[in-house]
Amino acid sequence: MTVIATESLSMRFPRVTALDRLSMDIGPGVTGLVGANGAGKSTLIKILLGLSPATEGRAAVLGLDVATEGGRIRERVGYMPEHDCLPPDVSATEFVVHMARMSGLPPAAARERTADTLRHVGLYEERYRPIGGYSTGMKQRVKLAQALVHDPQLVFLDEPTNGLDPVGRDEMLALIRRVHTDFGISVLVTSHLLGELERTCDHVVVIDGGKLLRSSSTTDFTQTTATLAVEVTDSDEHPDGTAALRAALQGRGVATQDDGGGLPGAGHTVLLEAAGEETYDLVRDVVADLGLGLVRMEQRRHHIAEVFRTADNAAADNAETGGPGENQRAAQGEPDGQVSERAAAWAATAAAAEKTGGGRDAR
Amino acid sequence: MPADSTQIHNIGYRHYDGQRLGRAYATRSLFSQSLRGAYGLGRSAKSKVLPMILFGVMCAPALIMVAVAVATKANDLPVDYTRYAIILQAVFSLYLAAQAPQTVSRDLRFKTVPLYFSRPIERVDYVRAKYAALASALFILTAVPLLVLYVGALLAKLDFADQTKGFAQGLVSVALLSVLFAGIALLISAVTPRRGLGIAAVIAVLTIPYGAVSTVQAIAHEQGSGGAIGWLGLFSPITLMDGVQTAFLGATSAFPGKEGPSTGLGVVYVLVVLALIAGSYAGLLRRYRKAGL
Repeated sequence: MTVIATESLSMRFPRVTALDRLSMDIGPGVTGLVGANGAGKSTLIKILLGLSPATEGRAAVLGLDVATEGGRIRERVGYMPEHDCLPPDVSATEFVVHMARMSGLPPAAARERTADTLRHVGLYEERYRPIGGYSTGMKQRVKLAQALVHDPQLVFLDEPTNGLDPVGRDEMLALIRRVHTDFGISVLVTSHLLGELERTCDHVVVIDGGKLLRSSSTTDFTQTTATLAVEVTDSDEHPDGTAALRAALQGRGVATQDDGGGLPGAGHTVLLEAAGEETYDLVRDVVADLGLGLVRMEQRRHHIAEVFRTADNAAADNAETGGPGENQRAAQGEPDGQVSERAAAWAATAAAAEKTGGGRDAR
Repeated sequence: MPADSTQIHNIGYRHYDGQRLGRAYATRSLFSQSLRGAYGLGRSAKSKVLPMILFGVMCAPALIMVAVAVATKANDLPVDYTRYAIILQAVFSLYLAAQAPQTVSRDLRFKTVPLYFSRPIERVDYVRAKYAALASALFILTAVPLLVLYVGALLAKLDFADQTKGFAQGLVSVALLSVLFAGIALLISAVTPRRGLGIAAVIAVLTIPYGAVSTVQAIAHEQGSGGAIGWLGLFSPITLMDGVQTAFLGATSAFPGKEGPSTGLGVVYVLVVLALIAGSYAGLLRRYRKAGL
């Protein structure tokens, strides 16, 4: 079953092409829509809600054509905008009840569903207080609640973790996951942070400059590998603990690699192929023999960011060789032309964001 | 069994299989919510204060007149039904200035509009619901005092046919006034999401042209160019209403020298009123075309 299908969907404004012949199929589950600011994410959502007609191409949501059946789509779909959208002087309950009625729920059902939904998103006693006094995290929950209150089959969440602290972000991501697993509602969530989508989504769609860059399941992006990442402390005896460990492991006949990925802890992480249980024991013994502290030892997974690092390099090469401009390349039908320099710059910042994102890699 | 009654069940997520009432119902809900909101109902106690005070101020003169008429056994009410709203124009202008921005600019300022448009209702439904709500609120404000006057007049045993005719004319007049003024005030407040600016702009548009037109009319009257007075009345909302009801609803004009427009010019007045109403509505629709997501 396809939840969202687009077919060479284009949206051109006088000066900007927001979407450029975008064709994709999205199935049920949690789907991440990734792209830099201005990549066309919001435009896509607007078209999918049937609010602005596409310049060219077709799109269907839940099997309904966006051009002709916008009203029926909006009845079955929920939308959580990126920006603030809550009046401060009413309580969450009043606000969500009103929004439920706007979705066509009779008054009694609207009240009942509001109580249920607010409870599910984690708002309890505070829901009777005016929204003006809420924290950002609570406001995000109210925004999510108003998108879910009419029990849609699909929700569009536009940057739901915007402005949240790490704990709030984790809770919101867990909640999004539950929207699908517990509530059975499909989710299309946009973000510019890959790490987040990696954790919540079944499927990730990457768009840039209105074009589809890549669409595949998250497991394809981040397969669990047999690679083991080990990080150790330094000691007086071994000022460079990492090098000492590497040498010692070499002596035991285990090949090691640098963490050349440029990911967190690069240079201080030793990577090795785990042959089985005994490899873990071996590492433990070697580290103990050297008298070093073991900071972490974990199975390495690939990060989505790594997928872009190759694109990043390719684009950088293009830039260096003074390759033809983006448009020309596209016109020549060169596949590499898909990756604009902007995408490269963005992938780099995304990777940086992931580094500073902390915690996430220490799982 | 007490053990059973104290159990807490986690019932988990429940799907909704009930009715979905669609666009028309949502529009009606928005209308009633906005109408209640225009009197501060369903909102904080603070926001009830001003509309309720103004409602009281609007009705108080009617009650006093009725009391006087009953007590003195007068033959007629001191004020015509059609004149009542014109006399108390400052009160309902103030009401409009306070409530029109409340009705539309809150949604714009807090960016709630996209939440409406991501639901079954369309732009047209939203504009209609808001317009109808404010016009109804204004109609309640201006028609209830007339009702008080009418009931009082009947209690004072004034001529039934005469009073009923006057009351009906008054109702038509305030209905037209409500639609016209609500449209103008809504359009002005929809242009600016800032509430304070909206309040000031509505007061300015409702009062400054009236002041200017009255002054120029008075000068024209002094200089004996009475013909100009009728045409000048076209340039402010209140004199427009005055002209319409003088020409068609048997009202006595408040223009200097009571020189209200003739029936021919009255047609022009009605056309201008209708054009203003249509223009406000079209302007609102245009305003919300861009206020989408």
